[in-house]
Amino acid sequence: MVEHTVRSYDKELETLERRIAEMGGIAEKMVVDAMDALSQADVQLAHQVVATDPRLDALQREIEEQAILTIARRQPMAVDLREIIGAIRVAGDLERVGDLAKNISKRSVKIGIEARVPRAIVGLRHMNEVATEQMKDVLDAYAQRDVELARAVWERDAELDALEDSVFRDLLTHMMEDPRNISFCAHLLFCSKNIERIGDHATNIAETVFYLVTGSTLPAERPKGRHDYDIDAATDSTGNPAA
Amino acid sequence: MNEATETAAAADPAAGLKEKVVVRDLDFYYGQNRALKKVTLSLYQGKVTAFIGPSGCGKSTLLRVLNRMYDLYPGQRAVGEVLFDGENILDPGLDLNLLRSRVGMVFQKPTPFPMSIYDNIAFGIRLYERLPRSELDDRVESALRRSALWGEVSDKLRANGLSLSGGQQQRLCIARTVAIRPEVILFDEPCSALDPISTAKIEELIDELSGDYTIAIVTHNMQQAARVSQYTAFMYLGEMVEFDQTGAVFTAPRDRRTQDYVTGRFG
Repeated sequence: MVEHTVRSYDKELETLERRIAEMGGIAEKMVVDAMDALSQADVQLAHQVVATDPRLDALQREIEEQAILTIARRQPMAVDLREIIGAIRVAGDLERVGDLAKNISKRSVKIGIEARVPRAIVGLRHMNEVATEQMKDVLDAYAQRDVELARAVWERDAELDALEDSVFRDLLTHMMEDPRNISFCAHLLFCSKNIERIGDHATNIAETVFYLVTGSTLPAERPKGRHDYDIDAATDSTGNPAA
Repeated sequence: MNEATETAAAADPAAGLKEKVVVRDLDFYYGQNRALKKVTLSLYQGKVTAFIGPSGCGKSTLLRVLNRMYDLYPGQRAVGEVLFDGENILDPGLDLNLLRSRVGMVFQKPTPFPMSIYDNIAFGIRLYERLPRSELDDRVESALRRSALWGEVSDKLRANGLSLSGGQQQRLCIARTVAIRPEVILFDEPCSALDPISTAKIEELIDELSGDYTIAIVTHNMQQAARVSQYTAFMYLGEMVEFDQTGAVFTAPRDRRTQDYVTGRFG
């Protein structure tokens, strides 16, 4: 893009973008590490994820302050305005992603080495792979201002929703098989919700990228991957999970 | 479902509005120099339309065509159509005095006449109407009230108009324009010589007047265009590059040149 006549304006916008990139890198790594810590019962790695979160929070605050200053000083218009509003929104989403990864790690510490059921984690790992992929793609879409990639992320969130449903059924089965699994699986249920939400934040960022580049918004309704889940319908009359 | 929703920008910006002035394929020449190239746009009744663009883009020229100001200068001519309520004002047989009573103009520098505040306003009215004294007084008062100046000058109507501050002088000029009850008011950079507070007062005034009047304003201050107008026209090198609702022009302009200009990237 052509440079601003006032070059310090460009510098301010570049700083914002660099900080978002840094946040993205940190958040993405937290999501991967949180899952590794959970599946490998790696308490040290879990603590490390928790310890990273303040950096993400600090970056978000810096981005917001910088954005507000730039708005006050430059009265940005058009694409600049969308860039700055986009930066504020993306920073907010990434900060939340960090919180969710931190929450998974905290649970992972809490579960400790108590009765883990390795096969219960398989579905969760798969979910996390999709969520990580979504994060990576949407951050690339942001960095490259790639509308089509953003749209692809936005559409693929349905997959994550569907996976969450199947993980839910799976964990339910484990809990019914052996009540000693309940505590562990209950934690995993929360973790799966967290991962699903990480996907939602990736979707939000995709929407922001779309707006930032085109100036228009994606439809309010996103493709849905889940059937409205009815708790009663999850088990049949014999107490077994419904097919 | 996957289609992006249309922004307000892309929706018909003029749905349900009456076109007060329609400019169609307007060319303008200063001698051999073509200053406007096939300009087309509409001024909507009761709305404020801002003309923006770099120096020399033709925005002031366009404004000057709307009340045939250019007629005062030899060698300048306009080709095309400017329909005012459907009537082409470029028609050579048009009564210019009548046109200018319907299309008022406020200039960059305040231009009060060297006479009393009262007479500054009464002068214009007397050109068009013969009114009994009391009625004239009422018209002067109402014009001053309309221009948010009454409170500041009601006790010194006999003072010279030039004794007022710059911002007050500009409001006096607006009062003078309003007094003859025009339908369209043209503002040519009305705030460029004013301080921020006087500027805010003029902007508030423009806001107040819109609705009752159709307003066109030329301004170098983009934020001002964004603040006061409902429609914005971006001009460049004599062409109408983009004409849309103000919100769209300043958040998501369609043309690259508009984008570069409003974001301060113009080389």
